Amino acid sequence: MKNIISKLPSIASLGPFIALLLACAFFASQSDRFFSTQNFSLIFQQVMVVGVLAIGQTLVILTAGIDLSCGMVMALGTIVMTKFAADYGLSAPVAIACGIAATATFGLLNGLLVTRIKLPPFIVTLGTLNIAFACTQLYSHAQTITNIPDGMNWLGNILKLGDTTIGYGVILMLALYVLVWLWLRETAAGRHVYAVGNNPEATRLTGISTEKVLLGVYVLAGVFYGIAAMLSVARTGSGDPNGGQTENLDAITAVVLGGTSLFGGRGVILGSLVGALIVGVFRNGLTLIGVSSVYQVLVTGILVILAVTTDQMSRKGIR
Amino acid sequence: MNPPDASSQIVMRAKGLVKRYGQVTALDGADFEVRAGEILAVIGDNGAGKSSLIKCLSGATIPDEGEIHLDGQITRFKSPIDARRAGIETVYQDLAVAPAMSIAENLFLGREIRRRGFWGSVFDMIDKKKMLEESIARMNDLKVGIRSMTQAVETLSGGQRQCVAVARAAAFAQHVVIMDEPTAALGVKEGNMVLELIRRVRDKGLPVVLISHNMPHVFEVADRIHIARLGKRVAVVNPKKISMSDTVAVMTGALSVDQLPAELLAH
Repeated sequence: MKNIISKLPSIASLGPFIALLLACAFFASQSDRFFSTQNFSLIFQQVMVVGVLAIGQTLVILTAGIDLSCGMVMALGTIVMTKFAADYGLSAPVAIACGIAATATFGLLNGLLVTRIKLPPFIVTLGTLNIAFACTQLYSHAQTITNIPDGMNWLGNILKLGDTTIGYGVILMLALYVLVWLWLRETAAGRHVYAVGNNPEATRLTGISTEKVLLGVYVLAGVFYGIAAMLSVARTGSGDPNGGQTENLDAITAVVLGGTSLFGGRGVILGSLVGALIVGVFRNGLTLIGVSSVYQVLVTGILVILAVTTDQMSRKGIR
Repeated sequence: MNPPDASSQIVMRAKGLVKRYGQVTALDGADFEVRAGEILAVIGDNGAGKSSLIKCLSGATIPDEGEIHLDGQITRFKSPIDARRAGIETVYQDLAVAPAMSIAENLFLGREIRRRGFWGSVFDMIDKKKMLEESIARMNDLKVGIRSMTQAVETLSGGQRQCVAVARAAAFAQHVVIMDEPTAALGVKEGNMVLELIRRVRDKGLPVVLISHNMPHVFEVADRIHIARLGKRVAVVNPKKISMSDTVAVMTGALSVDQLPAELLAH
């Protein structure tokens, strides 16, 4: 009996994957257009922005924090990179780097407020969410920026592999997931991210600078929001001052659905990819069977509450 | 292991420690010494200055006055990290472990073994295999009977978790292990398991400073007992000679140290 109990967490970590398969099976039974390589390719394309945002979000949530600002910071990133290219004639790579620098700065701001002034991440990022949104509107004059250099669209291109197609952006997202997964598993810094989320006081007493770990995580998260901004620009061909609003909560939803605990210190980053795909499959599938987008929002809301409930229950089971 | 005698080497010593918190004087010229290979219990009523003393020794607070000597050298700890670097490990009452992480990871938390060569130096990658082997070796060394070092600490009982914390301290301490109420949260059987482990740590030659409220536990393992009262050290007694009730009487002030026969005092 004890053996079965000790194996439960590993079964629980398969949960998101099983949920994804069930969702796919359900939509395949409802729509014959769902189960096709074109549609799967489309789902991945739709998921890549949320998927990369969710990487940054996962890092923050692993430290028992939360980042409510991720989507808005990303929107600011899209405006900075497109406007820098359009207004100052910067080449695509330089403009993109400026955009990522802007989102990383917001990450640094979040991190400094959390570590130096010791404010709760929830409140800090609620504030920076609004600040980022206002900056985006002011800087863009609430105008969408479309006159961008061709180089910025490149990641939106699609690679043909026989029947299947895969976007370069999707390949980048998958590569980032594998890299961050390895970093979290195999490096001391990665393990310290888990330790800080698990028991910050014990971690501090072992001589690890918990402030440095937290600050690093928020800055790194900002970098990922910048990469997500780059993908968003490549996908839509524009910088959208009103972007990032659905992606903001979708990223948190993806992390939670992927089995990362909101209480910190537990979770596998690859779960967030599965979580992002669950969100993507629901949005895609519900559209295919002609359900209005309001119900898609309703369903994602229910999914989040289910996922958090499972998280809460499994924690109680262990203690 | 022979009980330590007066000739045993003093590993850590404090002289005239004073610590004030506003109007309250928590330490009022307290002395302290712990010798090689002994378990020194520190007891005292609430407010006796016991925890302030331990905080000074472990670097958690800085004394206003007084000196701390480690191996004959004056030391000033600015933080617990400083004390740890100087070879003093502290085990805290509230189980300072990361519950979701494995035993091996907890043992090496903050002191991970890096891989050799390129992957370790450039990419900061850790050598999980080596850490696992070392964990097994160290736990075997202390005869801690836990089957798998890869299991999460939260799957262990309270006593086993405390054993992990004690084993970690013992594995890395160069000079002294300080244990703050290590058995307070544990049942009888689990408490005994931890006491047994504390003895084994002592038998490996490391001095142990044991802070405890539990008199039977103190009398079971201590070689000497440091009694704190009103911010000072009032006596160091020999648990082999003195009775538990006399010890408590000295601790509470019901019995003056002058009234104690000299043979009850430890050298």
